[in-house]
Amino acid sequence: MTTRSFGSGIRRREDPRLITGRAPYTDDIKLPGMVHAAILRSPHAHANIKSIDTSAAASQPGVVAVYTGADTDGVLAGMPCAWLIPGSDLKTPEHPAIAKDRVRYVGDAVAVVVAGTRYEAEDALEHIEVEYETLGVVINPKAAAQPGAAQLHDDVENNIAFTWAVAGGDADAAFAAADVTVSDTITLPRLIANPMEPRSAVASYMAAMGELTLWSTSQNPHIARFLTSVVTGVPEHKIRVIAPEVGGGFGSKIPYYPDEAITAFCAMKLGVPVKWTETRSENYLATTQGRDHVEEVEMAATSDGTITGLRTTVYAGMGAYLSTAAPGVPTILHGLMYSGAYNIPNISGTIYGVFNNGTPVDAYRGAGRPEATTLIERLVDLTAAALDMDPAEFRRKNLIPKFENGHDVATGIIYDSGDYELTLNTCLANADYDGLRAVQAAARAEGRLVGIGMATWVEICGLGPSQVAGAVGFQGGLWESAIVRFHPTGKVNVMVGSSPHGQGEETTFAQIVSEELGVPVEDVEIIHGDTDNTPMGWGTYGSRTTVVSGGAIAFASRKIKEKSKELAAHLLEAAVEDIEYDDGRFFVRGSDDQAKTIQDIALMANVAWNMPEGMEPGLEASAFYDPPNFTYPFGTHLAVVEVNAETGHIDLQNYWAVDDCGVQINPMIVEGQVHGGVVQGVGPALWEGVVYDDNGQPLTGTMQDYALPRADLLPDINVASTTTPSPHHPLGLKGVGEAGTIAATPTVYNAVMDALRPLGVNRVDMPLTPEKVWRAINDAKNGG
Amino acid sequence: MVSVPVEITINGRVFSGEVEPRQLLVHFIRENAGLTGTKVGCDTSQCGTCTVQLDGQIAKSCTVLAVQASGSTVNTIEGLSNGVDLHPLQEAFWNKHGLQCGFCTPGMIMASEELLRNNPSPSREEIRHALEGNICRCTGYQNIVSAVEEAAGAMGGS
Repeated sequence: MTTRSFGSGIRRREDPRLITGRAPYTDDIKLPGMVHAAILRSPHAHANIKSIDTSAAASQPGVVAVYTGADTDGVLAGMPCAWLIPGSDLKTPEHPAIAKDRVRYVGDAVAVVVAGTRYEAEDALEHIEVEYETLGVVINPKAAAQPGAAQLHDDVENNIAFTWAVAGGDADAAFAAADVTVSDTITLPRLIANPMEPRSAVASYMAAMGELTLWSTSQNPHIARFLTSVVTGVPEHKIRVIAPEVGGGFGSKIPYYPDEAITAFCAMKLGVPVKWTETRSENYLATTQGRDHVEEVEMAATSDGTITGLRTTVYAGMGAYLSTAAPGVPTILHGLMYSGAYNIPNISGTIYGVFNNGTPVDAYRGAGRPEATTLIERLVDLTAAALDMDPAEFRRKNLIPKFENGHDVATGIIYDSGDYELTLNTCLANADYDGLRAVQAAARAEGRLVGIGMATWVEICGLGPSQVAGAVGFQGGLWESAIVRFHPTGKVNVMVGSSPHGQGEETTFAQIVSEELGVPVEDVEIIHGDTDNTPMGWGTYGSRTTVVSGGAIAFASRKIKEKSKELAAHLLEAAVEDIEYDDGRFFVRGSDDQAKTIQDIALMANVAWNMPEGMEPGLEASAFYDPPNFTYPFGTHLAVVEVNAETGHIDLQNYWAVDDCGVQINPMIVEGQVHGGVVQGVGPALWEGVVYDDNGQPLTGTMQDYALPRADLLPDINVASTTTPSPHHPLGLKGVGEAGTIAATPTVYNAVMDALRPLGVNRVDMPLTPEKVWRAINDAKNGG
Repeated sequence: MVSVPVEITINGRVFSGEVEPRQLLVHFIRENAGLTGTKVGCDTSQCGTCTVQLDGQIAKSCTVLAVQASGSTVNTIEGLSNGVDLHPLQEAFWNKHGLQCGFCTPGMIMASEELLRNNPSPSREEIRHALEGNICRCTGYQNIVSAVEEAAGAMGGS
């Protein structure tokens, strides 16, 4: 008999409520007396507010109140930036929840209407009269950093929010001595995360008790509570944040938003519950976006194909204000990863975080690593081409050799474990790389543009330890905690502070308890998403939840196992040293017919009729897990594309992924994460990107204009894995949530550039829309 | 604002009321009928999270007015099963890990149900084509396609 479920692709316990439409998301919450808020947003990318007249709006049918920034004076503090990277000249200009004197992007909040229904609130918005004086606009992050560009914040010269440098070895010497150098300018377009559920908040304030309850579409309810306290002034222990079902986040539901603060403000002013739910159009204006990099990069190598140096100058668009975690994304999560999967002894990078008149930028799936991996993998292909080497062979020559317990890279971090050549070789074998190249040669002979691209990637995730969080300026910890509680019947509740939103961790967490204590997985219930009944946690992002919360659950379970052994020894009248454990049973070594099951132990511990002297009743343990290092998953992806030379259309024909995320708890869930991640990485290579006009008006304002991957545009993805456990994690986990997104963008980009190589085209800005590709082909044919 | 009477049969139950002529069907379903399984994902009929069946045909309920649907029969995700005995499509989405956050899932399942009624044995390509009006950001679609394929088999297709 076995109850072990670890490593098995069991169905998710979350699903029954979701597939029947019975799970509550924030916008499904209804409270007695609830009223509705709608937010007036700036139509200008940059303007002074000369005057606001709300009187006509206030007299519209159903309107309860209209507030402007002036009403929040002395009540709401500014929106906090919570990642104050050290070693830089970081500027954090004031960011009011509702703009007061000046708006800095299309979508900046200007006023809020509260009315009986949402229709009434939105109607009344049209009656607010705002007089604007428009100002100069700048969007491109490199242009924004040049002298003479329009200035967003009076005390931030050249819009440079921060300058941050990473260096290891002597890059300049490497370039001076190199046989070959290549350079490129890579743009990573601004991306919209597009969780299918728009953001929403419901706030209720009980003035008599001074208690604020906030339902929120948050990836990190405990951080939302912390920051709600900072902004509203309500003491943290009087705030309850509930993140019920959350319909995807991909990083965009990490930040603390003006909208949540405004909703809480309205509820506190009015004494009735207030709901705000964004429309998709608002999501495109006011929810943080990702990427927005201009990367000027170069690589040095010797004639035998050895990479010797990497230099970068990166302009990272921050949008109009610094969002909650924004400064950490292009620095800690990007610059520190410049070595990729390779031995690059000499690295020098300069990163400018630049204010521009766009929506604030923050973490988006992969956060910094797709931007790093794309530049490295592009340079690797260009360098291989310059040396006339096969790109797979060039990668193999430069990969960090297999290591099991720590490897220093030039940027100063220590990778935990890796076997990069194994994933490369596995991927090449799965795809029949030699066969593909033969097919490509035949196609090229016919004049067809077939391309093969790959990326060999490594990422930094499993975010912790807290000491490092402090050292890199993150204004919080990066540990997680768990309470594992056995009831008299042997059923188990696990309370965790991190709160998944689609990743399936209610299932994988139960599998961890089952693995550690032999409890049937269906007897374990996971409680998360409510700060009133879960212990502190720092949230779900950066592929950290299974790794860090999973570690806490494992350690809490192990404490329970130790206590259970002592209780079993007492009940079996044996010495603790003689008690053995196997699969949920405790017995005296050599006589397992007299076993006590974990359920027996749970009952006895709870009734407490017969306990060893001094032992506390109950079978419950809590653990705090602060990981000793980051984890570093890795892998190799490969894609085949064909470009239509007449139309510029790209057909993504085949895709292979081989990832190593350490030990897998539920392979079905791991594979699902890779599928979804790959598609989110393909998106910006081929279709996705925010487009602003010269006035800072977003032309990609709805899903009609912003091209998202759809079912009929994609092939099935061939997914495989290898297993290199993390040496420092109690379960050997590494994390997999961002793997596909990090790998897919450079993989597909390299494939298209490989297809265009016979024409002499080696650079087209992403996304690779048919028009841009067609122009590049035409220019090349015309000798351009 | 004037109100007009509407009467819509949703999942076999009649819901009637006075609504503004501009009220969207999705808001009638969610607010008046209290059936929140049908979601609002975009404002432009692009994403398909609000997909329901209107007189047997799929419709994006964010682009139908409640008054237009008056006198009609609407089926939503809550009507597909009693929540205990799952529809083969629900079972297959569960088996094949055809969902992650679940927000697109009701619309995805309602669209798939119509597909299988019209084409009991679709190819993977036909499934991908049929679902191009429903956006999922989590699954990469592959497992959704597999789920519809499995449900087709369970429902007598191949």
